[in-house]
Amino acid sequence: MNAPAAVAPAHATKGAIRIQNVDKVYYAREGAVQAVSDCSLDIRAGEICMIVGPSGCGKTTLLNAIAGFHDITGGAIYLDGDMLCGPDKPKAEPGPDRVVVFQNGALFPWKTNLENVAFGPVVQGKLTRAQAEEKARGMMADAGLVGVEHNYPGEVSSGMRRRVEIVRALMNDPKVLLLDEPFRALDSLTKSVMHEALLEIYYKNKVTIFFITHDLEEAIFLGHRVAIMTTRPCKPKKILEVDIPHPRNYSVLTSPRFRSLMEETVNAVHQEAVKAFEAGEKEM
Amino acid sequence: MSAVVASGVAPRPRPGQSIFRHHLVRAVISLATFLVLWEIGSRLKLPWVGDVPPPTVVMNAWLPLLSDPGYWYSWVQSSRRVLSGFLAAMLIGIPFGLAMATSRVFNDISFPVFEILRPIPPLAWVPAAIIFWPTQELSIGFVIFLGAIFTIMLNVIGGARSIDIRFFQAARSMGSSNWDIFRRIILPGVLPSIVVGMEVGIGITWNVVVAAEMISGGGGAIKSSAGGGLGFFIWNSYIGFSYPQIVVGMISIGIAGYISSAIIRRLGLMVTPWSRTR
Repeated sequence: MNAPAAVAPAHATKGAIRIQNVDKVYYAREGAVQAVSDCSLDIRAGEICMIVGPSGCGKTTLLNAIAGFHDITGGAIYLDGDMLCGPDKPKAEPGPDRVVVFQNGALFPWKTNLENVAFGPVVQGKLTRAQAEEKARGMMADAGLVGVEHNYPGEVSSGMRRRVEIVRALMNDPKVLLLDEPFRALDSLTKSVMHEALLEIYYKNKVTIFFITHDLEEAIFLGHRVAIMTTRPCKPKKILEVDIPHPRNYSVLTSPRFRSLMEETVNAVHQEAVKAFEAGEKEM
Repeated sequence: MSAVVASGVAPRPRPGQSIFRHHLVRAVISLATFLVLWEIGSRLKLPWVGDVPPPTVVMNAWLPLLSDPGYWYSWVQSSRRVLSGFLAAMLIGIPFGLAMATSRVFNDISFPVFEILRPIPPLAWVPAAIIFWPTQELSIGFVIFLGAIFTIMLNVIGGARSIDIRFFQAARSMGSSNWDIFRRIILPGVLPSIVVGMEVGIGITWNVVVAAEMISGGGGAIKSSAGGGLGFFIWNSYIGFSYPQIVVGMISIGIAGYISSAIIRRLGLMVTPWSRTR
């Protein structure tokens, strides 16, 4: 928590997540599974917090708890001091203040890209369809999405789809973006383009980003901090401050500081990966 | 940026002229080969095919029928029956299927009955339908309805249940109400399955209408030209020993089924324009 001032995001005041002693026990066929145990993590308002850990360690469980898709069995999660879920209310209410961008994408295939982006404000009744589409057009243009408004998601490249989905999430003016390995399926070149695009979007929109990934380079390149999680049950093993100032671009990848951070992370993650492998963890 | 965007867009398949011609050529070759083999087989009195009148004889029987209003009225009769039974099956089957897919209580209550009725072949209902309904027309319509409804319902239920859970989660997290979820996720999500159910269902209705018309005597028609439908047309030709006409009736049904499936496919593409992109 004693971050250098240069690292701490100065612009945002909303979107601080406090994860406090969270437990999650699943009841699977082979018995009770402790997915998350006594997990505490403070995510600052406006920060990009990268969550790194072995497959099946319970990262997504944590994300689902924040999003309100699943309950927790102990502890509490707060958003800007308000309890999302806790002892009296094990499952948070899903809401547009915390929008999820999914691993394999969840754009509605039956809506055009523009209709997808306009979806949130329309169902919330905040804007009329025409107003929402107007705003969507503007936000898509800002993210370099021009000329694909009236295409269906199935008609554009996968990188483009991810960008549309991120813009769709941002249309809701969320306090927090919850990203669950959003670029996993992309090839590494497209991925690098997406990283810069995400940062560009982030610099324009002051949101907190909770970003799950397996990719260490991605984690260090994007994050203000990288939380390395233990293998199941999931809790932070080490929290790394990435003291490379934002705005960043791809040139930092070759900087000595980046390399040394990378080394530090690799060691910590590798230990957990070996443990997970030996325990025969499956992707959950 | 615009160059990048343009290159990211998958090219839309254009209905190319040459491709269309290739299709047409292949279709003609396929039909011609079939007819020639049939003609030869029939003329040489090969086993099985030898008992079937050759295409030339069938054509000779068909040509005069083309100017016979009774023959066309058979088409109209059968089509009308198929259409009304099929529409009734959709009007009842789609809401019922949606209710079963979305409400656990409703599903638990109706599933056992549904599962018992479903395996009963529509034709097994013919005697009961004749007793049950006041007119023959209604009996036939009812049997057609039964032929289509279970397929339509099964597809609606299966389609609704296979909608990706992430779509629901995404919609919820963007603040959708239950009504929004139903209207904006479940309905469009299930539409492709409804189209599939319709395509399969209409085929079954043609199977059923023909058999129902044969069994029930074509809704009271006395001779084929009175318009008992295509099924009764075949039955009547059989009774009157006009074998070429039997084949005429069979081919007519084949053509009718082909046309109705093509119409449904076309309609299906119109209501699910996104499905062309995958």
